[in-house]
Amino acid sequence: MLNDLYREVILQHYQSPRNRRPLDNPDLEGSAQNPLCGDEITIFASVAEGLLADVAFQARGCSISQASADIMADALRGKTLPEALGAISEFEHLMQDDEPGDVEHPEDLQALRSVRRFPVRVKCALLPWVTLGEAIDRYRADQ
Amino acid sequence: MIETKTLREDFPIFSRLVHGKPLVYLDSAATSQKPQSVIQALEDYYRGYNANIHRGIYTIAEEATQAYEGSRHKIAQFIGAQDSATVIFTRNTTEAINLVAYTWGQANVGPGDEIVLTEMEHHSNLIPWIMLAERTGAVLKHIPFDSDGILDMDEARRLITDRTKLVSVVHMSNVLGTINPVRELADLAHAHGALMLVDGAQSVPHLGVTVDEIDCDFLAFSSHKMLGPTGVGALWARREILEAMPPFLGGGEMIAQVSLNHATYNDLPWKFEAGTPNIADAIVWGTAIDYLNQVGMPNVRQHEIELTEYAVDRLGEEVDVQLYGPRDVRKKGGVVAFNLGDVHSHDVAAVLDADAICIRVGHHCCQPLMRKLDVAGTARASFYIYNTREDVDRLVDGLEKVRGIFGTASA
Repeated sequence: MLNDLYREVILQHYQSPRNRRPLDNPDLEGSAQNPLCGDEITIFASVAEGLLADVAFQARGCSISQASADIMADALRGKTLPEALGAISEFEHLMQDDEPGDVEHPEDLQALRSVRRFPVRVKCALLPWVTLGEAIDRYRADQ
Repeated sequence: MIETKTLREDFPIFSRLVHGKPLVYLDSAATSQKPQSVIQALEDYYRGYNANIHRGIYTIAEEATQAYEGSRHKIAQFIGAQDSATVIFTRNTTEAINLVAYTWGQANVGPGDEIVLTEMEHHSNLIPWIMLAERTGAVLKHIPFDSDGILDMDEARRLITDRTKLVSVVHMSNVLGTINPVRELADLAHAHGALMLVDGAQSVPHLGVTVDEIDCDFLAFSSHKMLGPTGVGALWARREILEAMPPFLGGGEMIAQVSLNHATYNDLPWKFEAGTPNIADAIVWGTAIDYLNQVGMPNVRQHEIELTEYAVDRLGEEVDVQLYGPRDVRKKGGVVAFNLGDVHSHDVAAVLDADAICIRVGHHCCQPLMRKLDVAGTARASFYIYNTREDVDRLVDGLEKVRGIFGTASA
């Protein structure tokens, strides 16, 4: 059961994150806290020609929230803003719906999906995605 | 001495397995487990004499009333209060503190008046005062604590002044375990004409607290942390203070005479108990107190000192374990907060849960305290009469498993 939560992929992203770093002059930025556990996360992104040119994060949180942030940064880099928002809402479905989707998901996202068996941790996995989604919404409203 | 092995047989929950393993329950600071006598007493009430209290003119209503008031008497005796009418039933400790903030606070605290708290308060003894300050313009002051989790009493003497209306302090910290010098603080408060509220949520179940000894004016505590049911707590206060306080909630039971536009209020304690109270749980709280009295509060305390010492020793041997709060177990209750390397406490708890070990993690409803410790959260093991050294051993073994997954190294 524990192996479902702490899959190798998740531990890798947690222990050697590629995207856990500050970003100079980000075009958009969002911070959130999980009041349940006190976790804090800040997501940064730069936008170039309508694409998410880079996504990075800084966080103080559990392995699930940090691995999820790292996986998200990889998954959304290079996407247009509407594509990124689509991917974020798809991820929310992936984590909250009981029906297994027809779409094949990359291994990283599949690994996060197994977190669903631990309901209190779903919030941890969602936190970075929801935070970035809100930051993109604010950025688009300002444009 | 507590014979833990025999005593554990009184608690049905320890006969179940979780994930195929016997339960190691190390979260009594959140809520305690319940003995069979308590579980049985709930059934006895609902099967045998379920009726509303104080109004029925029939036998079972009289039985319920006597049991309810009998429980109030036991609670009063348990905290050394002479007068049962000074024990007000509430939903929990939080509601007891809110009652004081809304009634006494609203009537006695004005702009510029000061309320002195500490930096280690649970949100339940922080938010009601923040809300009162927002309503009245009162000012909040906070006594700091040092790196061992001990309150800075020099600072307390500086902060408590003639402007202070109330000093409200947690007796025993739910995170650090620190037992605060509430008597000394009460003396300081009284010397400046202020009142003293003690949050006894953790101390009353574990230390054996009497109101004379700590000389407080208000004491708030709950049933569910002391072997009783959830959903009932109490506020004790001095009679003259309660009599001068305006009522809290309005409704049935709390009145004497009512006309369409006017009401006079009932005597203590019913003046503060509007509506049908939590009869069953209030009655059964008395059964929990019977159980604790049988064990003996000095034995409870002694057992927890020994167990906490063992836990602090064993966890203290691990180089990658950071302990928070006093190391001297005489200065703390049965609570051990810790972090394992830089592994997040939720990850620690998830791994331990697979071995049926229950600990609390996170900020423990003490966000300002966490900020002061500069951590997002901690793990916390807390003990009661049914815990054993084997429980501590299983915890230490469980941490080794956490290291296996997250790769921190112990020397």
